Amino acid sequence: MLSTSSRLPEILKNHREALLKEWISLQLAAIGRRTNAATEQSLKTDSSDFLTYFADAAKADGFTNLQGEKWNALRDFLNNLSSSRAKEGFTPTETASFIFSLKQPLFMRFRAEIGDPNALTEEIWNTTLVLDTLGLFTTEAFQRTREETISRQQQELLELSTPVVRLWENVLALPLIGTLDSGRTQVVMQNLLEAIVATRSDIAIIDITGVPTVDTLVAQHLLKTVAAARLMGADCIISGIRPQIAQTIIHLGVDLSEVTTKATMADAFQVALSRAGMTITRSDLRPTK
Amino acid sequence: MERIPILKMGEFLLVSIQVDMHDRLALTLQDDLTAGIVKHRARGVMIDISALEMVDSFIGRMLSNIANMARLLDAQTVVVGMQPSVAITLVELGLPMRGIPTALDVEKGIALLDAAIRGASGNGSAVL
Amino acid sequence: MEVQSSETLSISESEDIVLVRQAVRKKAVGLGFNLVDQTKIVTATSELARNTLEYGGGGTILIQTVQNGRRGGLRLTFEDQGPGIADVALALKDGYTTGNGMGLGLSGAKRLSDEFEIETAPGKGTRVSILRWRSA
Repeated sequence: MLSTSSRLPEILKNHREALLKEWISLQLAAIGRRTNAATEQSLKTDSSDFLTYFADAAKADGFTNLQGEKWNALRDFLNNLSSSRAKEGFTPTETASFIFSLKQPLFMRFRAEIGDPNALTEEIWNTTLVLDTLGLFTTEAFQRTREETISRQQQELLELSTPVVRLWENVLALPLIGTLDSGRTQVVMQNLLEAIVATRSDIAIIDITGVPTVDTLVAQHLLKTVAAARLMGADCIISGIRPQIAQTIIHLGVDLSEVTTKATMADAFQVALSRAGMTITRSDLRPTK
Repeated sequence: MERIPILKMGEFLLVSIQVDMHDRLALTLQDDLTAGIVKHRARGVMIDISALEMVDSFIGRMLSNIANMARLLDAQTVVVGMQPSVAITLVELGLPMRGIPTALDVEKGIALLDAAIRGASGNGSAVL
Repeated sequence: MEVQSSETLSISESEDIVLVRQAVRKKAVGLGFNLVDQTKIVTATSELARNTLEYGGGGTILIQTVQNGRRGGLRLTFEDQGPGIADVALALKDGYTTGNGMGLGLSGAKRLSDEFEIETAPGKGTRVSILRWRSA
């Protein structure tokens, strides 16, 4: 795209300082009030680095192949930039604007330095194509980072919200939190059954206080888990059934008559203890003298 | 012919199924246990299935039959050690296996049999 | 969907049900099925193999590993030249609790599988095909 007679590499080199200054002030104006000393500094560094990589690549290769080797350094730089901007909470537009805002100072330079109208048009057109491609590149990199973050957070959330807790000897509790979907419920229930074997617990309390809604599939999985636990020799108590969930369950026609249910985990725990043949007594406290 | 060994432990008979049983072996076990309850006047039967990686409707029926026959002979049955994946599959299969007491392992199974028998010597069998 | 491997075993006596179970277990393990999925398909196999023997008078099982895009699966086809099933809907409706009859194995095997197909008619024998995909 860029012919060997392009003036871009030369202009980038000769007018670097002026270009940098104008470009930076444009970016700062765009960000407006969010600017602080740290932002300014990193912006200056990023802009300066970009120009260096850009100039090097343009000189070495022209704009024939932006995926090529000579452009690796610039692409890596943009990947990292995009990544950190994503993590810092910048929008994709803000990140792409970093590149687009270079057009204005650059094209003003072209106008000043290139007399011939045809040559000027060609330079502006070619440079536009390149900068647009680079801008889109940062947007894609940005999106990839966001998706990786979301995926990681989902995983962490999943692990956080499905702990099996050993309340007492022989008594397990599974406090479920968040919306349950069919796939997750199956995994959680399997974990519970395995925990029952591992801890030799006869009683498991499944608490759904933290579950906002229950649909047919989830209710069925819960019931299947209770049935499976019973086949293995353990009993389940479902606690934390809120009025709305109780209504949903009745409407769905799910039959909970064979399952012990309690309003709170505390109630369930009491039932569990008494089934395990245990009672809690207060010890006499003698004041020490 | 190959048979599954039955151990006598005091008033109880203990069976531990370690092999992937073919149908005939399962039926032989059923017969052997019934005969054993009578012969030893056993009060309880414990069937340990912790080594079974699969329980289908045939084996499920065998377990039910054993429990029913034992009850007729005034003996209590308990099935112990069902693996989670087997339990999940049985539920999906739709096998209710009602009326068969279960326990997590041999130790809890014995405790259950003890309690049932003690209760039975009072005013009838304990509800499990 | 492409078939990657095929194996046919005969079901002619009671011991064959065990052999067939073991063969299916081995294939499922090889495909990377998790334990619950293995158990489900092996149990379904046992039910259908027994049906083939007891009601079909003996027959065959075709074990195929299949691939659909990136998903791997196991397809089992049970075939016999027995009397066939007169009322398939009824046979499928019967749950275990209604006692004897074809319903025992059929509806259970269907519940344990991802896909289920049956071809049968009085006097024409029976062919039952089940498929289970490997869980993600």
